[in-house]
Amino acid sequence: MWAFGHPGTRPLRIGIGGPVGSGKTALVAALCRLLAAEISTVVVTNDIFTTEDAEALRRMAVLADDRIAAVETGACPHTAIRDDISANLDAVENLEARHAPVELTLLESGGDNLTAIFSRALVDKQIFVIDVAGGDKVPRKGGPGVTTADLLVINKTDLAPMVGADLAVMDRDARARRGDLPIAFTSLVSPDGAAVVAAWVVDQLAAWNARVG
Amino acid sequence: MTASSALLLLGDSRFPTGAHAHSAGIEASHGRGDITSVRDLAEFIDGRLATSAPTEATFAAASCAARDSYVHLDTELTARIPSPRLRSVSRSLGRQLLRPAEQAWPSVTFAELRRLHAEGPLQPIALGAVAAAAGLTPADAALCLLHHLIGAITTAAVRLLGLDPFAVHALAARVGPLLEQIAADAALHAGLPVQDFPSTNSLLADILAEHHATWEVRLFAS
Repeated sequence: MWAFGHPGTRPLRIGIGGPVGSGKTALVAALCRLLAAEISTVVVTNDIFTTEDAEALRRMAVLADDRIAAVETGACPHTAIRDDISANLDAVENLEARHAPVELTLLESGGDNLTAIFSRALVDKQIFVIDVAGGDKVPRKGGPGVTTADLLVINKTDLAPMVGADLAVMDRDARARRGDLPIAFTSLVSPDGAAVVAAWVVDQLAAWNARVG
Repeated sequence: MTASSALLLLGDSRFPTGAHAHSAGIEASHGRGDITSVRDLAEFIDGRLATSAPTEATFAAASCAARDSYVHLDTELTARIPSPRLRSVSRSLGRQLLRPAEQAWPSVTFAELRRLHAEGPLQPIALGAVAAAAGLTPADAALCLLHHLIGAITTAAVRLLGLDPFAVHALAARVGPLLEQIAADAALHAGLPVQDFPSTNSLLADILAEHHATWEVRLFAS
């Protein structure tokens, strides 16, 4: 079945974007592990290549297979999450209807560049994921993801010494770009690596439910 | 809004219908080694314009003119699309078109289109009805469908093969008069009983679409 428009209340939709290899899929998997037992969650992935990320999540078995859907983006993930969100809305509404009541919908963007950002008609909040191995000047370069995302995640802090990245510089530059918007330094390979992000998601969900409830 | 500005808007590839993720069969044919140059692309376009395109254009024109019930048009067109995959792709594009169009050109027609099929109306049926809601003619609807087809083909060819974009768009310009002729014919054919509508199709494209859907790695949804 498919539906148009939104019901009076619907799940909180959070977009997770960022460059290729920064750890978006790992973050989605970690959030599902930490939250999905308590919070009814569905995931939509956007891929450059077919359904790679969705398959990876299914292999990790963080959610039931039918709670994960893949949107194919015709080589342009930023188009599918920003300029032409039709296929994503289609997939989101479908999943939310099929598994009602859903509380949290995570949308993962395909790996893209620093200009990628989610449409406000698609998500309510967005997380932008960069990593220290991409270079410690990324926060200084800015772009709408780094500057305006509701949460900036700087991942792979464990690699900083090996790639010569200065976390203090990244923190300073990110704060200069973002003002009061929050920043989370993570190492998703450590067991509790995503806990700080999960706590942020729980806060957002509480605020969302208070607003629409 | 005048009809011509509505036609430009509906014809614009940036109108958000999700069509950007589809290659209209180019990726499948390229994977088979059939398309490596602008010349090959021209032959691909010629083939499509001689086969499935006039059929789909006629149904778009008929839907715009409300020649018959949408359900009957949709059923007849379904019978003319052998590939289950292409039927499904067409329905996803049809329902995704309704979303922006309903806000752009509100009409009572949309409620009927939404009820038509659980997966949404086939794309030519949806496009014809949307064109009518936008104040366009059946020939406009058919031309718009053909224009989208050429746009999907040429954009995918440039992205997949790195073909010269100027040469590719010169090719698109050259087929323009032919598109107008097919659209005019489609508007005429749309006056026939539905069972007498054209039923030409591209069987190879249908077969390749089924294979393409099984590829492990692909850039385009179809």
